[in-house]
Amino acid sequence: AFNRLSYPQPFVDKPQRTDVLVMSPWLAPIMWEGTFNRDILNAQYRPLPLKSTTSPSQFTVLRYIRFIQGFIGSANKYFLSGHRVNFYLFTDHPEKVPAMELASEKHLFIIPIQNYSRWQDISMNRMDIISNYIRSRWRYEVDYLYSMDIDLQLFEHIGVEIVDTLVGTIPGTYERRPESQAAIPSGEGDFYYAASFYGGSVSEVYKLTTACFKGVTEDRANGIEAKWHEESHLNKYLLYHKPTRLLSPEYYWDEELSQPPIVKVKRLSSVRKNLQEVRY
Amino acid sequence: MIYAKPQVLKPPRNDVLMMTPWFAPIVWEGTYNLDILNEQFRQRNVTVGLTVFAIKKYVVFLKTFLETAEMYFMVGHKVNYYIFTDRPQEVPKVELKEGRNVVVLQVQNYSRWQEISMRRMEMINHFSKKQFINEVDYLVCVDVDMRFNDLVGVEILSNLFGTLHPGFYGSERRSFTYERRPASQAYVPHDEGDFYYAAAFFGGTVKEVYKLTKKCHEAIMVDKDNGIEAIWQEESHLNKYFVYHKPTKILSPEYLWDDNIGRPEILRKRRFLAVPKNHTAIRNK
Repeated sequence: AFNRLSYPQPFVDKPQRTDVLVMSPWLAPIMWEGTFNRDILNAQYRPLPLKSTTSPSQFTVLRYIRFIQGFIGSANKYFLSGHRVNFYLFTDHPEKVPAMELASEKHLFIIPIQNYSRWQDISMNRMDIISNYIRSRWRYEVDYLYSMDIDLQLFEHIGVEIVDTLVGTIPGTYERRPESQAAIPSGEGDFYYAASFYGGSVSEVYKLTTACFKGVTEDRANGIEAKWHEESHLNKYLLYHKPTRLLSPEYYWDEELSQPPIVKVKRLSSVRKNLQEVRY
Repeated sequence: MIYAKPQVLKPPRNDVLMMTPWFAPIVWEGTYNLDILNEQFRQRNVTVGLTVFAIKKYVVFLKTFLETAEMYFMVGHKVNYYIFTDRPQEVPKVELKEGRNVVVLQVQNYSRWQEISMRRMEMINHFSKKQFINEVDYLVCVDVDMRFNDLVGVEILSNLFGTLHPGFYGSERRSFTYERRPASQAYVPHDEGDFYYAAAFFGGTVKEVYKLTKKCHEAIMVDKDNGIEAIWQEESHLNKYFVYHKPTKILSPEYLWDDNIGRPEILRKRRFLAVPKNHTAIRNK
């Protein structure tokens, strides 16, 4: 139940945004600034404290260590502020992770992993690692799980509006990568989803990561390696298992792009990096 | 499945609110793809229960109600029609499609129509626990003096849904006919409330409908003990419930309309219509 909440009345004939799609054809809401009231959402989560435990899991290898401070620092401030969050940070150099002070409801777990010589391998094995950790540990620790790239920073609040059964993000780059569409029959596909930020309930993310890694393994056995491999399989999965909620480009923006008027808030954005330097 | 791709920059409708501030979709024609939704619900093999009350002379509405439901309601899915009546022998025999059944539930009547209306909460609650939980996934609870006029399908299904009352969808919240006397359990202050919902069409999962009907019935009985009856009977209590337990989906007035109101432009379909009735002739008889 609610305590008294005061907010303006919604009007049936007055949509807040007419410039963007706010709902998918299967009635999954798409998160855009102006369409939701976070006070109402937070009030709905208050009687259910368990639900607020989520965990973004990031992967960093040595050359990406420099991004940790920026990501964790900004997430500490802006990610599900006021709710319990476990950050699971996978890294091949745990000793190099800087000490960071976190809010009392936020915790950081550093998990060592082996390094891979090719960055493509890191990206492709993420799914397997996530799937294994869900089975062995996370299903007992959290209710919702999100996977995020490390070379990102939060610039604005990302709150309980992202919490739902299966969540995909429509990225701020509209340029579709042809190779990553290889898995999808031509003519099909709803939206293009980014592998940099997705999540949902632990059981749904388990199903997704297990299915995607299976696809990756099969491709590998057939000698195929599509460039944006992980993302390709993610898109195929989300075509046939439609997300229950979608995040607009506000939730994953490419710093290199100029901000169009439809994106009123940049919540999560890539930070400039020298691609050559970090990948090789 | 091949269908037109959704476009991020092209909403299908810009004349209506498609979603509440707490992300409940508001269901309007043009905003959903029924093929995608049908496939999702068929995969889950859902069964939908439709409850309707035909007490005393209201049995006369059953034939049209059931015949039009056969044409338009949850086509292609499994349906149980739960007919609450004090006159089981007067329930008409209507030919049903495969996967659809009529279940007659004999209940008592009351002398006042207001009482009959309010006791629906108690009866739905009782049978939810005793029977519906074992037979269906979703419950749809509607008035009987209605006919289906266009498709009403799985796009309406959600954990908890309510329908915008056709008389108030454009109104300011202070003109909603909520119960305004603090002495009633159904009281809602003038600066609260999102929409005015109709008691003629609500539903959700069996569990959520059970919780709603329990709360409403208990509140009705407390009011009774205190010698007060809410201005619009169980509809007042339903509205109070929805202020503090927000629905996860809302049906537009397409889903509950009366042609006497007219045909506004915002209304592209009229799916469920009031059947004209003579109030004095039919009530309390």
